[in-house]
Amino acid sequence: MSEDFGLPISHRQRLWLYCLGGLVLLFLIAPSIIIVIMSFSDSTLLQFPPQQWSLRWYQAYFGSLEWRDATIVSVKVAVMTVLVATPLGTAAAYAINRGTLRFNGTINALLTASLIVPVILIGIGTFFLYARIGLNNTLTGLVIAHTVQALPLVALTVLSGLRSYDMNQERVARSLGAGRVAAFWQVTMPQIRFSIVSGALFAFITSFDEVVVSLFISGGETTTLTRRMFNALRDQIDPTIAAISTCLIVLSVVLLSVAQIFGRRH
Amino acid sequence: MSAQTALMQQKAGRPGPDLNTQALHMDARRESLRLLALLSPSLLLVFAIIIVPIGWLFWLSLFDEAGALSAANYARFFEQASYIKTFITTFKVAFIVTGACVLLGYPLAYMLSQLPRRAASICLIFVILPFWTSVLVRTYAWLVILQRKGLINSWLIDLGVISQPLSLANNFSGVVIGMTHILLPFLVLPLYASMKTIDTDCLRAGMNLGAGPAATFRQIFFPLSLPGLASGVVIVFVLCLGFFVTPALMGGGKVIMWAMRMEQTTSLYSNWGAGAALGVVLLVVTLALLGLFQWLLGARATGVWSSR
Repeated sequence: MSEDFGLPISHRQRLWLYCLGGLVLLFLIAPSIIIVIMSFSDSTLLQFPPQQWSLRWYQAYFGSLEWRDATIVSVKVAVMTVLVATPLGTAAAYAINRGTLRFNGTINALLTASLIVPVILIGIGTFFLYARIGLNNTLTGLVIAHTVQALPLVALTVLSGLRSYDMNQERVARSLGAGRVAAFWQVTMPQIRFSIVSGALFAFITSFDEVVVSLFISGGETTTLTRRMFNALRDQIDPTIAAISTCLIVLSVVLLSVAQIFGRRH
Repeated sequence: MSAQTALMQQKAGRPGPDLNTQALHMDARRESLRLLALLSPSLLLVFAIIIVPIGWLFWLSLFDEAGALSAANYARFFEQASYIKTFITTFKVAFIVTGACVLLGYPLAYMLSQLPRRAASICLIFVILPFWTSVLVRTYAWLVILQRKGLINSWLIDLGVISQPLSLANNFSGVVIGMTHILLPFLVLPLYASMKTIDTDCLRAGMNLGAGPAATFRQIFFPLSLPGLASGVVIVFVLCLGFFVTPALMGGGKVIMWAMRMEQTTSLYSNWGAGAALGVVLLVVTLALLGLFQWLLGARATGVWSSR
């Protein structure tokens, strides 16, 4: 049975639909493509298509100490967020997957709270809390805040991996004498490792691209790339940002492709 | 013998000293304690970073500047014209952006659901890639495209369509265009997922019984796609209400939305009570909308991916 061509409607009758859908897809993707092309322009003016090509905006980005420092802060925070959020999210997903706990609803609501609560409120609240305990403008503070944002993504991704895994295999391993940790590490983990890797990648992008909370709680030495970009955009439109944006787009493409490849192998 | 006694005791309604049951109970309890231990670091973090500050802010919002218990922070919303204007702007943007997302997103999701699997997954990349691209990057792109000396204006002037540049960015229309672009995937992805679950046999049966393509769509496909559409609409609307980055950068200081107002009141004027009150109302409205949706459709509204 072909499920794809199930209806007696020809592609020609659908032509208007394809045109409309294609236009919306263009609307979605065009801004990113325009930015990538403009970042190679030689002009300070915004011309499209650019008259002359150069890498001067990339040189401006990598040559500037401020931008480089901000990028390093963002990378550090994102890597540490991955290192904290991935094990915590995986452990949480493992516990939720059992489904034997009472208050399961409350636990789920708490874990997904950072997806539901308006992010501006989280930003102001975190700033307010950090001001009391001295965590504003610190790497630790940023990592904690970003971990809370990334946790639900890791947990949901790993949970979907666990749902397609038969937990009885771990029980068999335990009945054959493996300890809890050994059973998880040697039997369960290899089978859900692709979801864990995807979760870790999502955690990385979440932290690296996070704007609103970082705007409130980062600054000075620990200014993140997104905070510096936000402030730069408030003042003027500097084509250096096109070069930085292109790097961010490439990063997203690479991380998503890796997640996709891992997903397919699974 | 002892098993018989236990059985008799059970029949008599008394809990017997059944060692096995007791041991199993203990084991189950220890197991849930272990699971709870696995969950506790995550729950503690969420509690400390989200629940505690919000509770604290709520507490703050109940006191006026002199430190006395009062509803002044909330009464302000009905009295001061600037607050009323902020709410009106926010809801206006939210309605227009949600409407635009439906108009653009429904045909796209419908097309994706009808395409062969391979073509659909290629097209989906164009939806998912912007979804995972930083909001800042996309706002910057729209600034470049829409501003006074931006792409659209220079193209239109070169083509001789207009002589004076149109003001597209740094105003209401810029905010709407940028936010529509950023929030569109939040509508398309859940809508597409729900459209994929519509049984093609239903459509085929309708056509077999003599309905034309338009009637099949209107009477069968569209009603079946409504729950998915509703969940996308609720997600987009709720995200609109609390949106910060795009209005702050593309509003040109003229379009003050709810989240910007919160930022200004706390950062600029350090009026924590007023800012907290705004946050509390925003949270209540958000939860009420999500709750209403859940109650109406019985669906899970927690699929709100990162609400950046």
